[in-house]
Amino acid sequence: MANNEEILAGLAEIVNEETGLAPESVQMDKSFTDDLDIDSISMMTIVVNAEEKFGVRIPDEEVKNLKTVGDAVTFIAGAQA
Amino acid sequence: MPRKVVITGLGATTPIGGDVPTMWANALKGVSGAHTIEADWVQKYELPVTFAAQVSTPATEVLTRVEAKRMDPSTQFAVVASREAWRDSGIEEVDPDRLAVAFATGIGGVWTLLDAWDTLREKGPRRVLPMTVPMLMPNGPAAAVSLDIGARAGAHTPVSACASGTEALHQGLELIRSGKADVVMCGGAEAAIHPMPMAAFASMQALSRRNDDPEHASRPYDLNRDGFVMGEGAGALVLEAEEHALARGARIYGELAGTSVTADAYHITAPDPGGLGATRALKAALFDARALPSDVVHINAHATSTPVGDKPEYIALKEALGSHIGNVAVSATKSQTGHLLGASGAVEAVMTVMAVYDRSAPMTINLENQDPEIPLDVVTSERKLPGGDIVALSNSFGFGGHNAVVVIRNV
Repeated sequence: MANNEEILAGLAEIVNEETGLAPESVQMDKSFTDDLDIDSISMMTIVVNAEEKFGVRIPDEEVKNLKTVGDAVTFIAGAQA
Repeated sequence: MPRKVVITGLGATTPIGGDVPTMWANALKGVSGAHTIEADWVQKYELPVTFAAQVSTPATEVLTRVEAKRMDPSTQFAVVASREAWRDSGIEEVDPDRLAVAFATGIGGVWTLLDAWDTLREKGPRRVLPMTVPMLMPNGPAAAVSLDIGARAGAHTPVSACASGTEALHQGLELIRSGKADVVMCGGAEAAIHPMPMAAFASMQALSRRNDDPEHASRPYDLNRDGFVMGEGAGALVLEAEEHALARGARIYGELAGTSVTADAYHITAPDPGGLGATRALKAALFDARALPSDVVHINAHATSTPVGDKPEYIALKEALGSHIGNVAVSATKSQTGHLLGASGAVEAVMTVMAVYDRSAPMTINLENQDPEIPLDVVTSERKLPGGDIVALSNSFGFGGHNAVVVIRNV
């Protein structure tokens, strides 16, 4: 089980790996599309890698609700609980 | 008269050099790019052939990590070579609607395809990454190059096995002559040194088995040739309408004077023993270039080093050029680079352009006992090409009976 801070750090690492964005730019209030300029294909790659890293399942229909990094952290934390 | 098309930029990443200056210096010197493969999969799958000609500079050393991650190796090679060609051309501004791409591959994203298949079997469908499709598609290299240089007049992918790279130049020439584009980034890329294609080419007895001596395995025209050596990489050429190049004061390497493509319709893999399709291609290319056989001073032959392939090409050359073939300096550069399949025509076209520009023919290595049935004047030591107006040819033939020829003329 990871706390929110650990999930954020893990997500930042995945985003960096996929897009080259600096991990510190991945903040809770950032929008994946508007702030981080992540396209849908990269988003799906990030989702799949996050599932593997955190041992959770993020259903495809849930992905469109993950607008900000914070949304993703909250969802992963909830799914782990 | 059709529009005159010239070559203003060259790029390459190959087993004998990661850029054109390095490759060309080595090609004139005569080096082998073939070595034992160090990857563990050679032992794991007990491959009958344990060597290949891998690129001398890995693409991951040139591209950023994120760029490389989103491209199949074939696309990585295409982008590396085309960026060099683009820089080399010195083009600063071009109308995107007049800029096209014709970038070939023989096989496409085979690494991506088979990695994804492994992932599916080992981890299930969820783990098959969403970038898989754009990475495995054969038009991946052309599409990536089009994105990279902002080419909007079409991005084409000729696929004709080992003739693909040469066919890309044929297509590029047509695009400019027909007025559909003023500048075309042409080339070919291949990255198939993967255990499955290695096993498949070995299974059809196409590959040399000289596992204990890779550097001497690719030996076109030698009596002891026993197959080709798998190569990888890419070649890229910037074609430009002459008036467009002159208007911007470009450095011009030479003219792409003519091309042709024919099909044998004889056998799916075996070359027509009489070389009829290749002969027609040679004659048509010379006609297209308004050149005479006697104008030809140099040929970069297809010459893969297979027992059955090298001779029909000689028969075709003799038929198309007549007795003049005895006066032509013939180079078999696959002796150095191995066989880059769909990229070979592009890399060899780069070498042929350099030969005309530099007035020097590249070396053929490993020719110890020349096959008496192929009495060509093979370049095995330093060789200057004559001054004045000259023409050089580059041939490519592919499984499926594809024949493609390009004609380069000095400017």
